[in-house]
Amino acid sequence: MIKRKKRIYLISLFFITIATSIYLILWALRDNIVFFYSPSEIQQKIRLKEIDEMSKLRLGGMVKESSIEQFNDGSINFIITDFDREMVVFYKGIIPDLFKEQQGVIAEGSINNEGMFIANSILAKHDENYMPPEVQDTLKKDYGDK
Amino acid sequence: MINKGNELKLQLVNPGILERYIKALSPWFCGAFISSLIIGLWFAIFNSPPDYLQGETVRIMYVHVPSAWMALFIYSSMAVASIIGLIYGHLVAFIYAKSVAPIGAVFTLICLVTGSLWGKPMWGTWWVWDARLTSMFILLFIYLGFIIVSKSFNDPVKGDKISSIFAIIGFINIPIIKFSVDIWTTLHQPATISKLDTPSIHIDMLIPLLVMFASFIFLFLYIFSIRFFSELNLRRYVAYTLSSK
Repeated sequence: MIKRKKRIYLISLFFITIATSIYLILWALRDNIVFFYSPSEIQQKIRLKEIDEMSKLRLGGMVKESSIEQFNDGSINFIITDFDREMVVFYKGIIPDLFKEQQGVIAEGSINNEGMFIANSILAKHDENYMPPEVQDTLKKDYGDK
Repeated sequence: MINKGNELKLQLVNPGILERYIKALSPWFCGAFISSLIIGLWFAIFNSPPDYLQGETVRIMYVHVPSAWMALFIYSSMAVASIIGLIYGHLVAFIYAKSVAPIGAVFTLICLVTGSLWGKPMWGTWWVWDARLTSMFILLFIYLGFIIVSKSFNDPVKGDKISSIFAIIGFINIPIIKFSVDIWTTLHQPATISKLDTPSIHIDMLIPLLVMFASFIFLFLYIFSIRFFSELNLRRYVAYTLSSK
């Protein structure tokens, strides 16, 4: 019985030690583990001079309503917002299917000297809602277009 | 005096008696798997609506999500079995952990592959190194590491102990996978079913998802029963050859 108790303590102590060290590692690396920054975070980083035109980064947020502008050469302009700050994004290339207004989006690229975000690639971010099209139509009817 | 409950508990930790129980249940697991798979696939492919955004691609979810749940569930159960094995020294706990590890590894692989197939048309990329995808990828390697460690000792008693410690260390990754989408910003979407308020999935899509999950559980139990017999017979063989030397 004593031996068994000792083993329980040993295993718990062992587990807690490893879990704490992993926690500290992840805490130290938290700025690198995040996949994207919001417009507010990027603008703060510009202000603090943590990033410049050379830094490659990812900007994520919602595509602002009726902000998508299409040009003849296939490039687009749109605004990414986190409902507090927003940033203008310029992109030329293939657009994923889920890229729509008021949907999540992540742009990879860098900022230019006018504070515009030049994207090299665009990823559509899907949310956690799953529903049939008819339900979406009823929701729109009941609550208006968001 | 041994009461009825204790008697059953003693029988369940006795490998020989447990073997008889599992042998009796094994064909039922197989039957339940096949029938629930047929129902689940019928729901998933023919009798569920397309998604308002994803269209027909949403059907990949009915394989992807249950296999992700299975991968996490199997690893958690392995860690619990390893702790029980280390503390109480029950042989069946070690045999359980060793026999389910490859099943969990395959479910992890299925989850990664189907997720990648979904990601290309939906996100616009096969793979990104965000927190959820990376931690799931690490889980695959933890499974493989456990399998290699558990097979690399000639003395099964020693192998059981070392691989159990390995399984307990690896368990730290499970909450990281689960909460990665909440702690860090990721490309992967946050949890749908286990949200505290009502799940944001329509009931017509929830039914095929849960039937497929049930089907995967029976598949897991069926493969486990087969692997349990072979692992037990391997132990008997080792014990026999050691004693006859």
